[in-house]
Amino acid sequence: MKDAYTWSAIAMIVIASTTGDVLLSHAMKRVGHVGDLLRQHGLLRGIGRVLSTPTFLPGVLAMAVGFYSLLFALSWGNLSLVAPASASLTFVGNAFAARIFLHERVGRRRWIAALLVAGGVALMAV
Amino acid sequence: MTFRKYLVLAGVTVFSATGDSLLARGMKGLGNVSLHDLSSLFLAILNPWIAGGILLLLAFFASYMSALSWADLTYVLPASSLGYVLVALIALLVFHEEISVTRWLGIAMISSGVGLVAAGPSLTPARKRRHSSAHDAATQEVQS
Repeated sequence: MKDAYTWSAIAMIVIASTTGDVLLSHAMKRVGHVGDLLRQHGLLRGIGRVLSTPTFLPGVLAMAVGFYSLLFALSWGNLSLVAPASASLTFVGNAFAARIFLHERVGRRRWIAALLVAGGVALMAV
Repeated sequence: MTFRKYLVLAGVTVFSATGDSLLARGMKGLGNVSLHDLSSLFLAILNPWIAGGILLLLAFFASYMSALSWADLTYVLPASSLGYVLVALIALLVFHEEISVTRWLGIAMISSGVGLVAAGPSLTPARKRRHSSAHDAATQEVQS
């Protein structure tokens, strides 16, 4: 039962944080360079502009779901399993999602890197 | 990539690694959370370790958002994975823990993955990027 809880929580973390990453990345690309934004509009209006981007708050909500799933998973499984397992699966999931939804050019270099990082993170847990 | 941008990426790495460690430390003190008592997850915020972890993760979030405003998601994410290497090195240098061969292999794989991505452009010109500012930044990055 303990393993079932841990792995379902890990699956939940991967799905929620991939969704959150894609939504937030989309929002921030729309907002544009944060440095320029703050210089032009000041801190408060800059933050307001980020908050009013349609995909920002749903992205934060997805991240919050991922965060609470992480807390839940950590209370059942070891950090040395939960953190690397969810992170390495999220790297691969994000490479797919960024290509499909954000139209990023995930070339050979980035695919190899995503797999190297995912594998490396998994090895760190052994 | 300017020095400032590398500084933001370093912030992403350091804040996520330290934030996660504090959270883990706090959750260990809390014990197993049962499905019937999920409210204790919300009360967990009152634990000082967890509160500190959340503060660091907020700093992570700010630097992460800043990085995503000028770089691809598939560029920023590998950079944040350097945090694992950082935690292992702190364990080695500060706490004098031993690092196994497989962990060294993991460190080498993560580092080479990050190196591969960092050597390429931070923003790829997307197939349909509507915003001229992002597009200009992309062409600048490719040219430089």
